[in-house]
Amino acid sequence: MNVIDVTNLTKSFGSFTAVDHISFNVGEGELFGFLGANGAGKTTAMRMLCGLSAPTSGEARVAGFDVYKETEKIKQHIGYMSQKFSLYGDLKVWENIRLYGGIYGLSGKKLKEKTDELLHVLDLEGERNTLVDSLPLGWKQKLAFSVAIIHDPRIVFLDEPTGGVDPVTRRQFWELIYQAAERGITVFVTTHYMDEAEYCNRVSIMVDGKIEALDSPAALKASFNTDNMNDVFHALARKAKRGE
Amino acid sequence: MKTLRYLLEKEFKQIRRDRFLPRIIFLVPLMQLIILPFAANFEMRNIYLSIVDNDHSVISQQLTDKVLSSGYFQLTDVSPEYNQALASIESNRADIILEIPAGTEKQLGKEGYAEVLIAANAVNGTKGGMGSSYLSSIIQDFNREKGFDSGMSLSGICSTNLFNPHLDYKNFMVPGILAFLMTIIGGFLSALNVVGEKEKGTIEQINVTPVPKSVFLLSKLIPFWIIGLILLTVGTFIAWLVYGLVPIGNLGIIYLFAAAYLIAFTGFGLAISSVSSTQQQAMFTAFFFFIIFILLSGLFTPISSMPEWAQNLTLFNPLRYFVEVMRMVYMKGSTLADLSVHFGVICFFAIAFNILAVVGYRKSN
Repeated sequence: MNVIDVTNLTKSFGSFTAVDHISFNVGEGELFGFLGANGAGKTTAMRMLCGLSAPTSGEARVAGFDVYKETEKIKQHIGYMSQKFSLYGDLKVWENIRLYGGIYGLSGKKLKEKTDELLHVLDLEGERNTLVDSLPLGWKQKLAFSVAIIHDPRIVFLDEPTGGVDPVTRRQFWELIYQAAERGITVFVTTHYMDEAEYCNRVSIMVDGKIEALDSPAALKASFNTDNMNDVFHALARKAKRGE
Repeated sequence: MKTLRYLLEKEFKQIRRDRFLPRIIFLVPLMQLIILPFAANFEMRNIYLSIVDNDHSVISQQLTDKVLSSGYFQLTDVSPEYNQALASIESNRADIILEIPAGTEKQLGKEGYAEVLIAANAVNGTKGGMGSSYLSSIIQDFNREKGFDSGMSLSGICSTNLFNPHLDYKNFMVPGILAFLMTIIGGFLSALNVVGEKEKGTIEQINVTPVPKSVFLLSKLIPFWIIGLILLTVGTFIAWLVYGLVPIGNLGIIYLFAAAYLIAFTGFGLAISSVSSTQQQAMFTAFFFFIIFILLSGLFTPISSMPEWAQNLTLFNPLRYFVEVMRMVYMKGSTLADLSVHFGVICFFAIAFNILAVVGYRKSN
């Protein structure tokens, strides 16, 4: 069963077509990699699926809901972590967790349990009362991810979650992603790191607003006669005309 | 409603940690209330007077004393003839000449009236105009005391100041400034707060949750509403402490109006925030409107002396109504029944601005 169904989805800003008739689908529980160079249109496409941006044309359903008319219903079933860190820096770690837990309808004892569990999993128990602004970037990202899935959404959208994060923390971050996938959460992730692409069940590669390739990493490598995703990405991204 | 609780909790924690806000809440009203009433004072003092006394009589001496003891005038010189006094005006040492012709006392004794000359320097029009009208009313007063005919034939007309008997300008300005304070706090702070979230990107994380936009805006409105009422409390306290000013009417009426007015202007600030993407934009947009609201409010310049089209414009200005209410309750002791139209209008603006805010706020673009 598909949790994301996209047909000819397009977004134009004036004469510029950021996302150009893309079509794909993502199955329940899948770990889907959404690749592309800077400016290829990944973030724009993702924002449309999250109900943050209205499409110009085309169709898309997320968790069974229409991206034009049912954005608020979509929002109940998804988690989202933007490229830019967007938890409240002037709130403490536990206060951020409490806020988003509360917004998604957790309360009382359940919210408290969830907070403790989250802090334990993230190994942030000692930082419970730290203002989020003073956490290192890697920790912030892990916290942001955990907050994005605090309500056990059906799908979580991650926009370059590991940008600027050190390799050790990156590894830990992907462990969190795997744990989420094991719990049945569909993961939709954009990344620039080709080693991360290898962890995905399927990846799509966007070039200049269009999806140029979509398959499992193994199948893609086979069709491009190579043993690594880097070569696949270069072969496709080389065609790009849009600059950064 | 549960969501609102969590959002409010967040706002209050942030406000408590904000180091800038508490200063605003106490310093702004303190500065405005202490400085503005003195600066925005249309009373004229220190009008320089040159007297030409050709009569050298008891009457002319008494008149001179009376004029000088009013406190509005300072004597530059006493000249023997008009031309010398004129020279004082031309060299900008005097603003007004009072000439008492020779034989004034004699004529007064014989015929019961006499004429004096007032000549004003109109380079500073306000000073000249106000000066000559002060002077003529002092002379009328003098006539009345002495039992002479008033040469201005104003006998029978006598003005009494009902609501500000000592014509103290501060009694008039302070209530207006309190209204002005509510406006900037409600409007500016709320606009800057929401746009600040846009700049930081935190609003995006909220927009991707199912929080209804009205609930989110309410979580912004309530804290600034409370801050506004605290500010009003601080402001009325300062007005009492510094100027000994307490409303003649019911303080409860002031709070009732302030409560409605703050909802209106916080809504206005929120509406501005929804069309601005940076704090700079929000600041300038708010500033643009506030200048118009303030100039057309009657706070600094009387509405009745505006051209008719401008007077009509003031009807669409919520600040105008609130300034009037504050002055009426402070100085006249107006009751709720007197102010029912004002209340209706302010409530209308409260609803209209907040509808604008909710409609204008977009969770997606």
